[in-house]
Amino acid sequence: MEDTREMLYAEALVGALRHQLATDDRVHIMGLYFLGLTPHRQMVAELRDEYLDRFYYPPIAELGYVGTAIGAAMAGLRPIVDIATASFMFEAFPQIINEAANTYYMSGGRTAVPMIFHFNHGVRGGGAAQHSHSPQAMLWNTPGLEIMAPSTPRDVKGLVKTAAASDNPTAWVDHVRLFDTSGPVPDDEDFAIPFGVADIKRAGSDVTLFASSWLVQRALEAAELLEQQGIDAEVVDPRTLSPLDEEAIIESVAKTGRLVVVDECHRRCGVGAEIMAVVTENAFGDLRAAPIRVTTADVPVPFSPPLEEHIEPTTDKIVAAALEVTGH
Amino acid sequence: MSELDLAGRVELLERMWLIRAFEEKVSELFARGQVVGLIHLGIGSEGSAVGVCSALRSDDYVFGNHRSHAHAIAKGADVDRLMAEIAGKASGYCKGKGGSMHIAAPEVGFVTATGVVGGNVALALGAALTSVTTQDNRVSVAFFGDGAGQSGSLHESLNLAALWKLPVVFVCENNGYAEFSPLSAHTVVERLTDYASVYSIPTVTVDGGDVMEVRRAAVSAVARARAGEGPMFIEVLTHRLRGHYEGDPAAYRELSEREEWTVRDPVARFRAELEGAGVAADTIAATEAAARSRIASAAESAVAAPGPDPEEATTDVYAV
Repeated sequence: MEDTREMLYAEALVGALRHQLATDDRVHIMGLYFLGLTPHRQMVAELRDEYLDRFYYPPIAELGYVGTAIGAAMAGLRPIVDIATASFMFEAFPQIINEAANTYYMSGGRTAVPMIFHFNHGVRGGGAAQHSHSPQAMLWNTPGLEIMAPSTPRDVKGLVKTAAASDNPTAWVDHVRLFDTSGPVPDDEDFAIPFGVADIKRAGSDVTLFASSWLVQRALEAAELLEQQGIDAEVVDPRTLSPLDEEAIIESVAKTGRLVVVDECHRRCGVGAEIMAVVTENAFGDLRAAPIRVTTADVPVPFSPPLEEHIEPTTDKIVAAALEVTGH
Repeated sequence: MSELDLAGRVELLERMWLIRAFEEKVSELFARGQVVGLIHLGIGSEGSAVGVCSALRSDDYVFGNHRSHAHAIAKGADVDRLMAEIAGKASGYCKGKGGSMHIAAPEVGFVTATGVVGGNVALALGAALTSVTTQDNRVSVAFFGDGAGQSGSLHESLNLAALWKLPVVFVCENNGYAEFSPLSAHTVVERLTDYASVYSIPTVTVDGGDVMEVRRAAVSAVARARAGEGPMFIEVLTHRLRGHYEGDPAAYRELSEREEWTVRDPVARFRAELEGAGVAADTIAATEAAARSRIASAAESAVAAPGPDPEEATTDVYAV
């Protein structure tokens, strides 16, 4: 039995950054909004005060500072660059997509880009269309990037450790709604979660709920509600999209025969679309009903709370989809 | 470092000839269909690459652009592997995955070259930041053209380099044309150094037809950067005798302009200068002959080399 300590996601996140700074001189951090504008950001400020010479507070010019972090990685540092709100990442897309993701390949494996891009994605409550993007599907369509999407304090610790050791550029898909969640985190300083290994967050036999990042929490909540109606849901969290643990998803569907894919990307060509494709290509014969996607609607994210709730993947919508796919 | 004796200057001429011979050979192979794809030549601007790189240490960093054969060779890249890369062969620097626009020879400090105008500039800042943090005293150079001058990437990088006082040398090769149109179609700013001055970065404009003038500017910029005094911006007035890419008829250019630059050709000019300084005609002739022979051999090997195994297309996506 491993020794663990209960903590907030925000604490586990800062702990993971502190561990990397303490154990690897090559780790330098650019940007300070890992914890968004939440009160928890004070923890990041304290960490910066501990490592003043390894934190950089760049001007609001994502193209320039993200490009600088990429160049630093090419020259031997292991930068962790925070882009704050995921929507701002588009300002740096030329550097992330064209340089960071391509360089190892274009150079025939001669120039590596070992770094992490952190950003907070998704509906945050009143962020409106330009502060609420979930760009993980766009990133996933870019060979050369690794993509991790932790959903628990335990996972954020273990995944950051692996990303920091990787010689590849890794997109760290994060969500402000996770920061106040809590859970057990292993004490072991060397605890790492390998990329490409999904986690069954809840075992069940009637329906598979695929979800990542913050929506794992909603899928778990939906599973509790479904249990009250006699439906035993399994929650599969891929933890990393690139690489993707296809096996775990296929195995779960083989067991349940029914699939609901929960995804905060827009519906068209979102992460959910790819999961549907993986399952239909590999486990078509196991499906006992047409799978259903619960995604953000194909509209820009609106500002007003009732509008926002109408288009996002809520717990109620996950429950309704699971009922439908199981024939209730 | 700035004063070069005659032997040192002959070495610069050798390097310029190597580049000139290399690019003329690439053009020839392209015309014969032995090199395909997007090829951008810089014939006529050798003075810039050689002048700047002669001021660098072998471990200094260079980040190239889409027109960087000269920069790579000037930094010390191997012409056999470079030619093989441009010919798309497995023995090329990047196993045929990068080609002409994406040369990487990190062992000689040529970290990467990007095909996107302006895309390499911020990367050079990153390498410079690495040098500051590791105190290895290296300097980073970004080569880009006047066409990159209007990009947000350049301006964000100029601001950041000045703000963080990074050891970067910005080298703007102003050949007067952004792809297919003159600079005046892209900006009302007449002197590109004004872009850097806005960010309080010292600048100098030099004649790219004079390799020693380029070198003097680079020596002073590099010394400044190495001493921790921050970035500098060098505008090199230069010329490309070829079109934007191989196959470009370049009808947008005046014939007279081409004739003028042929006269100001940095290779011919430096050659005459060295003759005037007393270098024997035989010695000078030998620099060209040696370069042409070396490049002929590189081209022969590259053309004869086997192409990559098609399966190789799916490797090197991720480092393991």
